[in-house]
Amino acid sequence: MRRTVLPVLAVLAALLVIWYAGAVWLNAAWAQDRATRAGVELSLVELVADTWAQDKPKLPAPHQVAVELWQTTVEQKITSRRSLIHHSWVTLSATLLGFGLGTALGIALAVGIVYNRVMDLSVMPWVIASQTIPILAIAPMIIVVLNAVGISGLLPKAMISMYLSFFPVVVGMVKGLRSPAVMQIDQMMTWNASAAQMFWKLRLPSSMPYLFTSMKVAVAASLVGAIVGELPTGAVAGLGARLLAGSYYGQTIQIWSALFMAAALAAGLVALIGAVQRVVLRRMGMA
Amino acid sequence: MVWVGAGFTAWAIGFWINLRLARLPPSRATGLAAPVIFGVTLLVIWECFVRGLGVPSVILPPPSAIAARFAVSTHILWADFVQTAIKGALTGYVLGCGAAFATALAVDRFDFLRRGLLPVGNFVAALPIIGMAPILVMWFGFDWQSKAAVVVIMVFFPMLVNTVQGLQASDRMQRDLMHTYAASDWQTLVKLRLPAAMPFVFNGLKITTTLALIGAIVAEFFGSPIKGMGFRISTSVGQLALDLVWAEIVVAAMAGSAFYGGVALLERSVTFWHPSQRGRAS
Repeated sequence: MRRTVLPVLAVLAALLVIWYAGAVWLNAAWAQDRATRAGVELSLVELVADTWAQDKPKLPAPHQVAVELWQTTVEQKITSRRSLIHHSWVTLSATLLGFGLGTALGIALAVGIVYNRVMDLSVMPWVIASQTIPILAIAPMIIVVLNAVGISGLLPKAMISMYLSFFPVVVGMVKGLRSPAVMQIDQMMTWNASAAQMFWKLRLPSSMPYLFTSMKVAVAASLVGAIVGELPTGAVAGLGARLLAGSYYGQTIQIWSALFMAAALAAGLVALIGAVQRVVLRRMGMA
Repeated sequence: MVWVGAGFTAWAIGFWINLRLARLPPSRATGLAAPVIFGVTLLVIWECFVRGLGVPSVILPPPSAIAARFAVSTHILWADFVQTAIKGALTGYVLGCGAAFATALAVDRFDFLRRGLLPVGNFVAALPIIGMAPILVMWFGFDWQSKAAVVVIMVFFPMLVNTVQGLQASDRMQRDLMHTYAASDWQTLVKLRLPAAMPFVFNGLKITTTLALIGAIVAEFFGSPIKGMGFRISTSVGQLALDLVWAEIVVAAMAGSAFYGGVALLERSVTFWHPSQRGRAS
């Protein structure tokens, strides 16, 4: 453990230093510009201080983002539209719904592919081909079309999340359901196990490690889907809407705080699945 | 009603043919024919149901209308393709993967850096980096440079993580052997570790092909000149010209598949020795 903590901290510290330096470098032009118009000469210290405290900087300094995060999460009521927690919840609910649907669809498809040769032959290539399509490009259309049909709110975003998250699950589960060795299958046969027993007692349990690994990939993809799905809805609510509104009004600090919130969400979701994985696999005696 | 009936008939026929194919001994021909039949059946069903149920074309245009629109507006599609896929995605892809590869080579020389950067890189690779798009559009302007910048950032970390892992792929025994040959660090790198890393490198290259196209298209939603695939999609949705949107999606799908296929072909010729490539009849 200690062998990784120190290097990781060192890398993070280096990133922070680069960030502060980048903030000085990118924001200096604007600070100089303002100083010349006001007719004052900036010393180096003043210049640096100014670049780290601008209202709409090109690159906000880390502490500005931290302050903004604090103000919009802790100091605001959760119900307020200024609260980042409120926006995160909007995105998170779409993510979770899409992730749930996508995982269910992925498992169903995988079972079909493993048990049905017709599906294996005809569906599997299309599952793979479906991912070479940049699906996020269709996101605005799906949203608009579903709105026209009368479906709005959570579901259209969840559909995009679902499309992004079912693929890793299909691929992982097909691999997992096929992972039992011939010897184990033969053993089940000698016990005269039915197809259902074979599935519940051998194939499904042995696919669990694969399922969890692909669920981690899927949940991250699902969050990206929900965020991009929020872009074309006219920027009502959600982290994607915060990004879009921030980019319209040049509120860079707001963009960065939304980004960090999204990163925290992604990390939290992946960590959560990792924890469930550890518990489940330990109780199954597999880890 | 006739159309809906025709749709169900097409479904049945397609299913029946594939059922017959599945019973045949597996070969290259059946492996190729089954998905093609599946795809064609889907298209026919789509066409029949849209016509039969009278779905308005502002919601879902039939495939024939999309094909017609595609044929008519090839010059627009081509201009968009050049703007987004070639200038934005491909430039960013080459720059990003090149930078990640170079960084990986540098990082690999220092154990401390590698142990620090690998977890951070893994973490960043799982983040919704696409959210950086508005910031980069602000920094680099509306033209393709900002799209290329988004693509660079998106492909950098997956590529870095894969390459660093790949450079660790040669085992102790092989490295010791190189050592007994009195091979220099450079020779070990070029003759043993880089070739051994290639499967991982290509894994990264393949994952990032789709990311590159997605990054370039989504970045255009935050501002672009008056051409480009993302621009065309978002404005055509506003004009309810959904057939043009779908034509653009067809272009994106073809570009994405060709891009991926190209990298996969290259992989097959470079890593022909790897077990995952050897089993295939070529």
